[in-house]
Amino acid sequence: MSMFKGTAAVALALGLAAVAAQADSPNLGKPISESDLKTWDIAILPDGTNLPPGRGTPAEGAKLYEQQCQACHAEGGKGGGSPGAGPLVGGPPLTDGIDTVKTIQNYYAYATTVFDYIRRAMPFQAPRSLSDDEVYALTAYILAANKLIGESDVMDAKTLPQVKMPNRDNFILPYPDRI
Amino acid sequence: MTDLARRGRAPTPEFIAGNGLINRRALLGSGLAVAGALATGATATGAAAEPLKEDPWGLEFGQITPALQTPSPFEKAVVRTLSNPEGELRNSHARTPHHLLNGTVTPNSLHFSINHCGIPNIDPAQHKLVIHGMVRQPLEFTLDTLSRYPLVTRMHFLECAGNSAPMFSNEPMQITAQALHGLASNSEWTGVPLSVLLDEAGIDARAKWLIAEGADAQHLDRSIPVKKAYDDALVVVYQNGERLMPGNGYPMRLLVPGYQGNMNVKFLRRLKAVDQPAMSMFETKTYSQLLPGGKTWRFHFLMEVKSFITHPSLGHNLKDRGFYAISGVAYSGAGRISKVMVSADGGKSWGEAALQGPVHDKAFTRFIMPWRWDGQPAVLVSRAWDEAGNAQPMRAEFVAARGQTSKPLTSPLGFPNQHYNSTTSWAVDGKGEIKHVYV
Repeated sequence: MSMFKGTAAVALALGLAAVAAQADSPNLGKPISESDLKTWDIAILPDGTNLPPGRGTPAEGAKLYEQQCQACHAEGGKGGGSPGAGPLVGGPPLTDGIDTVKTIQNYYAYATTVFDYIRRAMPFQAPRSLSDDEVYALTAYILAANKLIGESDVMDAKTLPQVKMPNRDNFILPYPDRI
Repeated sequence: MTDLARRGRAPTPEFIAGNGLINRRALLGSGLAVAGALATGATATGAAAEPLKEDPWGLEFGQITPALQTPSPFEKAVVRTLSNPEGELRNSHARTPHHLLNGTVTPNSLHFSINHCGIPNIDPAQHKLVIHGMVRQPLEFTLDTLSRYPLVTRMHFLECAGNSAPMFSNEPMQITAQALHGLASNSEWTGVPLSVLLDEAGIDARAKWLIAEGADAQHLDRSIPVKKAYDDALVVVYQNGERLMPGNGYPMRLLVPGYQGNMNVKFLRRLKAVDQPAMSMFETKTYSQLLPGGKTWRFHFLMEVKSFITHPSLGHNLKDRGFYAISGVAYSGAGRISKVMVSADGGKSWGEAALQGPVHDKAFTRFIMPWRWDGQPAVLVSRAWDEAGNAQPMRAEFVAARGQTSKPLTSPLGFPNQHYNSTTSWAVDGKGEIKHVYV
């Protein structure tokens, strides 16, 4: 199985010296199981890895938006409701200048980033208070308001990673050898 | 000349570049000899010293020694400047007053700090760090257990990717070195090499990234290459000998030396080994650089070679002609500083500055250039090189590649773009007043 192969690869790559060094290591970490740290394991990868079960639609998200988001992000996500709460909808072309405001519509490369950030950080005064269904619904609402999905599209672990973001292919790695 | 023969003599200064720059070799002998030499060239005020008398603080019993000492009340202007003084529900940051400090170590109370959702009040006895994902055995660490490891101590700078962003303005903003460059600081950090902890957890050879996540209210996360983790990353538990300041990540933070500040995740609670980057909001949006034409640099990471003059700089007007030690800091995320050149004539001629050792890897290095100001207008510029051979770009060169704003910036608190590292120039006029200029 994959875990076994991984361990074998590490042992091969690092050789015997590394194995000996590890035995000499303080080893003060307490073993914990993946299931015991599930509550913290919230990062979503761009291919959809780790997206939770659940679903939501733009219509469901619209209601939630009014209750949870509008006070800061303003009506319809246009921004300007509260200092620091940038626009969630729209965005000028990135050719307007190097200080162009970066938005979900004009800039984000992956729709998973929207889900991930709402779930880990929003609302600012009560983070982690939304259910996964609510996060899917809000993500769907914002993506639909930006015309990145249809008004009745359902967002879930399968559909969200498939949303094609317009700016995805415009990123360059200045230091590929550092990765 | 022997030391004895030099004593009491005032050698003639050797000018090496325009507008009064003096060969740094003048600094190698006695400092008094240098000062003496320059005083003979131009007397400062001409006024003789007054007869001495006893001062009041010498005539009464002083304050009893306190448990935690704080700076003299006469130094009350030496504070960080705030971006969010009203405490609005948004990010808040504070900038280091470079023009009021010297040496290379930033005092902990003055280290810059940026917090996107406030500073959490973390109980160190309850805080945990877990390492999991593509590892043989997920592990949980506490501040106590990490503090039992053989700790390593290193000097490193930390710099926000948005530091110096006011210089993207198409016209120079008349603001201090603190407002321009105050989102960089330098400390002695003590912690556990991350490679030790990853080896103990048995990281899978196919894991290329670590998702590092904080315990703050947005659980800020960044993707860190495993390559960097094994190069020189630390899980830091002390800052300049004491536990971390809350705004700098108490009780533990990630340190990825030379990489953009935001990657040095504070309040570190989780490291997950994965095979692809997370494309978190901060790496996919905030800390990536939009280029002229609309393409973007992603995963830039490296804080490239930079220097700026802190003394004299905007805010210090020169009162008298005569000797000044031009000094400032230079640093590079690519290694040690190898050379700093200084100009007093806006870049027409240059002299090599002295570097105060020891010169540490990816750390502030202070440079000094002796200078005699003759009262004429001068433009002071510094330019640094690192051991990898990278030269700090002149502003025109930088702007040609990276662009600038089409309208002047009106606030130093905005971030029109990221990763600004060109030279900074200070113009001294005939009255000794200092302005920020582009040359």
